[in-house]
Amino acid sequence: MPNPSAPRHNGKQLDPEVRKHNFEEVAQIFTKEEALAEADRCLHCKNARCQANCPVGVQIPDFIALLKEGKVGEAASKIMETSLLPAICGRVCPQEKHCEGNCILKDRFGSVNIGMLERYTADTARKEGLLKAPQTAAPTGKKVACIGSGPSSIAAAAELARAGHEVTVFEALHAFGGVLRYGIPSFRLPREVIDHEIETVKSMGVKFVTDVLVGATEKIADLLKQFDAIYVGSGAGLPTMTGIPGENAVGVYSANEFLTRVNLMQAYKFPETDTPIQVGKHVAVLGGGNSAMDAARCAMRLGPDTVTIAYRRSAAEMPARAAEVEHAKEEGVRFEYLVTPKEVVTDERGHVAGLKCTRNELGAPDEKGRRRPVEIPGSEFVMPVDTIIVAIGQKPNPIIAKTTPELKTTDRGVLALDEEGKTTLPGVYAGGDIIRGGATVLLAMKDGIEAARRINAYLKEGK
Amino acid sequence: MEENTILVKENLSDVVVKFIVYKPLIAASAKAGQFVILRGREGGERVPVTLVDWDKEKGTITVIIQAIGKSTSMFNSFKQGEKFLNIAGPLGTPVEIKNYGTVAVVGGGVGIAEVYPIARAFKEAGNRVIAVLGARTKDLLILEKEMTDLCDKTVSTTDDGSYGMKGMVTDAIQKLHDEGEKINAGFIIGPIPMMKFTSRLMDKLGMEPHASLNPIMLDGTGMCGCCRVTVEGKVRFACVDGPMFPSKTIDFDELIRRTSEYRPLEAQSLQLYEKDHVCKCGLH
Repeated sequence: MPNPSAPRHNGKQLDPEVRKHNFEEVAQIFTKEEALAEADRCLHCKNARCQANCPVGVQIPDFIALLKEGKVGEAASKIMETSLLPAICGRVCPQEKHCEGNCILKDRFGSVNIGMLERYTADTARKEGLLKAPQTAAPTGKKVACIGSGPSSIAAAAELARAGHEVTVFEALHAFGGVLRYGIPSFRLPREVIDHEIETVKSMGVKFVTDVLVGATEKIADLLKQFDAIYVGSGAGLPTMTGIPGENAVGVYSANEFLTRVNLMQAYKFPETDTPIQVGKHVAVLGGGNSAMDAARCAMRLGPDTVTIAYRRSAAEMPARAAEVEHAKEEGVRFEYLVTPKEVVTDERGHVAGLKCTRNELGAPDEKGRRRPVEIPGSEFVMPVDTIIVAIGQKPNPIIAKTTPELKTTDRGVLALDEEGKTTLPGVYAGGDIIRGGATVLLAMKDGIEAARRINAYLKEGK
Repeated sequence: MEENTILVKENLSDVVVKFIVYKPLIAASAKAGQFVILRGREGGERVPVTLVDWDKEKGTITVIIQAIGKSTSMFNSFKQGEKFLNIAGPLGTPVEIKNYGTVAVVGGGVGIAEVYPIARAFKEAGNRVIAVLGARTKDLLILEKEMTDLCDKTVSTTDDGSYGMKGMVTDAIQKLHDEGEKINAGFIIGPIPMMKFTSRLMDKLGMEPHASLNPIMLDGTGMCGCCRVTVEGKVRFACVDGPMFPSKTIDFDELIRRTSEYRPLEAQSLQLYEKDHVCKCGLH
């Protein structure tokens, strides 16, 4: 009999005092006992709300049931029927907004820890050699290009390969994974987990190519001559800056730059690696999303005296994943809520010497229902910082749109799609942050999978 | 033939090396003013380098590298037949080529090689092209013959007077102006102070200056914003909006500050490299 009233297992984390000096994974994998006990809490609801609220439709009660029976490999295969990247999703998906947020046990006993169970299943199946890539259909003879190697493109590539198409993934950088590689730090998502998931997709026959920036190295028009269809999953590769005076001072980073140095270029290993990074004694991170948490926690690991998140609304409106906020606090990251940066103060050498801010109170809700920050007159103050990381959002990289006149964009700069999810160029589909402007790994994957199914239909029926 | 293979290596001076590398996709679409990003080893940095030539038929690109830090020293130790680990490009917005009338291309040091394809493109577009070349000393004055063959007029300067006119490129430009030469536009590539003072002078003389900026870059695709520069009071990304910009209002002092950011760390990296490195370039 299930045991829903047993306390939720949260797994163990590395000691904050230790982990804030290294880049090792914070959340430790469930032990077998923890996994089985947590699996035992699941009621296996008939019309499971967790599954209905999963963007990629993971068959949650079924995989947990298989896990409980000790069939780890089959549990992994069950997840992979709808999601090819379980080790990644288990780690970075905001479960509290999707599956766990809708678990029937949530209010009474606490949700089943679905994220940790997914991760346990994926990692254990991998370790025991039980993880199998899905079967691919007989070759169709059709060729599809996927642009970018982030979560959206990989998900699309896997789904297309499963249907029997010959798929090539084009990556602009020197390593695969897109934002998983350059954005998300290894203490949240170890590099070998990304490598493994990509190996799985490669084992389905997908070809991966580095150093091709589509729009520059090859244009969409060139690719349309070589491929029957294209999926554009090129992501949100354009940082949003604040535009406040002094933002080009030495010591101001965009979150993209800071995270790319640390995560893609592994600057924290300098001089063993060749790309340097430096933080001063006091770091301010502007923003309240996952990139802000990632940047703050990376900065903390580079050894400054203080790291402070400066967010213009209050804790309740912060968009970051709850676990990341919690982990950041445990590691000593400070939070200044309800502040708006106004100016970067610089010293005589042009280096950051402070951040002039004003304090806010919350006003009426905006169109998304979040209460708007309203400046309190006369509340100006200077945060004494010497390093500033701007993590207030991203926009789609414009290279593909700029070099492909047939592709229309909206006024937000994202690729425009019709109601069938097609771009304005026949045979070209798109998803992820290039159409959303800056969302989550899971929504990007969902777009990739759905677009792949449309491409399958297009290649079959020629429409 | 494998991509990224070095087909020809030629030492132009003690610290300046020319590489011809097999990279057909880039050779097929490169345009004057664009650059590539090179990586030499696992853990290595992404280094932006201007394309100085390309050959569609042979599928080759040419770069000229001056050894300054660890990565450029490592590149210059690569031998013919060896490979760069990664080459991405062509990156950046090509220089807009049109008929200005008379165009001056101004190159300082390795910038001479980098401005060469721009001179060629302007020549092909029917401009009268004047080359103004500058180097510290005679040995560092590269590609002078090629420039002389290509351009309608070539003036060379050396700081120490060991070759050509003694002085700076600004002295040569002032002299051309004083002699009645009417120059409609200038395209400058060289060290930042040289680009700053040349831009200032050309603007004063009504020559519509442009400069190719070399800020620190990471991805080179517009993703990180590390290469932001201020042009006409606006923040631009040199990797995608440039690297060539109208230069009379560029904030060169900001560029100098931002490119110096990592100098002590870069020096440390080079020192460690030189300590461990057993030279295989044949020069030492």
